[in-house]
Amino acid sequence: MASRAQSLPKGLRIALTSFIVIWLIMAAFPFIWTLWGSFKVELDFFSIADWTNAITGARTEETHGSPFTGAGYHGAWVEEGFLRNVINTFIVCFFVVLTSLTIGTLGGYALSRSGYRYTFWLLIAALIFRAMPPITLVAGYMLPFFQWNVWGILPTTIIVLVAINQPFTLWMLHSFFQNIPKELDESAKVDGCTQFQAFRHVIIPVMWPGVITTGLFSFLLAYNDFAVTAMLLAEENRTMVPQVAAFLGSTYTEGNVMFAVASVVSATVPLFILVMVFQRQIVSGLTAGAVKG
Amino acid sequence: MLLFIATPIVSVTVQSMFTPHEAVFLTVETCTPFKCTEETTIDQEATAALRAEQPLGRFVGLDIYLDRGHLAISEVGEAWASSQNWTEFLASLSNLPFYRAMSFTLVFIFTVTPMVIVLGLLIALAVNSIYARLRGVVIFFSLLPFVITPLIGALVLYWMIDSRGILGNLLQWMAGDPSLSLKASTGLMWVSLIVYGIWHAAPFAFVIFYAGLQTLPQDQMEAAQIDGASRLQRVRYVILPHLMPLVMFVTLIQLMDNFRVFEPIIGFNAEAHATSLSWAIFNDLGGETRQFSSAAATSVITIIGVAILLTPVLIRTWRDFRRKV
Repeated sequence: MASRAQSLPKGLRIALTSFIVIWLIMAAFPFIWTLWGSFKVELDFFSIADWTNAITGARTEETHGSPFTGAGYHGAWVEEGFLRNVINTFIVCFFVVLTSLTIGTLGGYALSRSGYRYTFWLLIAALIFRAMPPITLVAGYMLPFFQWNVWGILPTTIIVLVAINQPFTLWMLHSFFQNIPKELDESAKVDGCTQFQAFRHVIIPVMWPGVITTGLFSFLLAYNDFAVTAMLLAEENRTMVPQVAAFLGSTYTEGNVMFAVASVVSATVPLFILVMVFQRQIVSGLTAGAVKG
Repeated sequence: MLLFIATPIVSVTVQSMFTPHEAVFLTVETCTPFKCTEETTIDQEATAALRAEQPLGRFVGLDIYLDRGHLAISEVGEAWASSQNWTEFLASLSNLPFYRAMSFTLVFIFTVTPMVIVLGLLIALAVNSIYARLRGVVIFFSLLPFVITPLIGALVLYWMIDSRGILGNLLQWMAGDPSLSLKASTGLMWVSLIVYGIWHAAPFAFVIFYAGLQTLPQDQMEAAQIDGASRLQRVRYVILPHLMPLVMFVTLIQLMDNFRVFEPIIGFNAEAHATSLSWAIFNDLGGETRQFSSAAATSVITIIGVAILLTPVLIRTWRDFRRKV
């Protein structure tokens, strides 16, 4: 690694390390704080009297007899039926990922193996959709959906999310397939495979890294979306994110905010696990776009 | 695929030129032996029939684009004519919803983008020079603000800067003013939205730059060192030129993302102080009266804005592409 001439002087090393520590605190502290606070009552989490209450939980102890309480979670999950929103979210995410990956792998493979240069137009479509606020398209979808009476249900929302996501997925998978050498298909065909068999037996086994990375990004898009789901779903079909917004919008009674805090923490947990498991793929996906684009 | 791209755009464009029908009035003259009275009522049947016949509504052309809620041409003209100097003109502009949204969006874009790049670069340089073993942990925690749902991330920060939250309390203590509230002042609200923007996007820049640093040719660094370049000079003349394409890439992505700033405004509950075009569409579509025409007009304006923003990039990509072929 670094030779002695390149090693850092002590002062600089300390400065850099403390800079990183400050950044880490900035990045992680809000989450830790909210997680800690979600087990408190509202008067502690938003403490007027003394901010240390939020750490020690003085009011929580008065009300519930212990410095931690699951009241917020109970309220969100049991009273408000947050579970239904969680299930909706996972239905939407599952089908968005499934559909866009199916179209994406087949389409991306076909495009990368065809002679004509689609790359530019694909890239343009991906860029335009990346730049366009999804809500501008929602305005266009909404009136026809009302007229056909398909507004408010999950399938239409899934279709819209897939549509918004598809150019990006297609482009990403296309560039992954381009990295798989054509000779692989050709040798399979020489051995007597049809085009489809070559895809099924030769390409599918080697394409997983690309598919997983692309799938992660479609999942994040579907999971994090607020504009589309908030506008296109009826109240009983809401996913998690619009539901959190609804907790805040509805009647402001004491403790209701804690429902929102608890559900925010619940909605963060899957993302946390995702980053933990797929950190490498997320980083490689981000950088793949940068190096090529 | 093309269908899904083209249809909604056509649909919004069409919608933006129509406005709901006015009710059909029916004037009935009732005459008594002494005098005649005219009575005007809404003809429910005719109105319903008209609505059924043309569900889109009345064609009004570009009127919606020009009204007070959007480009507000006549209001701008009036303000231009009546104000004595630039400050007065700008002040009256900021009362119009469209220009208010634009002013926040522009300030947001042009503060967040450079600061994200600088912060991302600093973190990448710092992480690159510490022990390799710690890098995984640093990247893990740095990714969190980036992958978090924007609305949720905004809420988490919003609760902390609440005047009863921990950061709000800290700020009150630092300013020595117990009544200080970030929510009450437009300036402070803008600052907190910008801070959120930086917090959310810096990890993205960091990861990109960090990956770029891994491909840095070591021999160039050594050559620069032998030639007597100091550490700072090496960063300035070797590392930065190497990362320049990535800086362009991050700038492009940031411009696009910041142009559509929307979730933090909802999360921070900041409608009173800061709005953006996306928020205006959301506001028109939601609520009890769904104002499709108004939302559609704003959408078309936004799409045109995106097109203007993207044109230079598209031209460059086209040239690159032609060169490669």
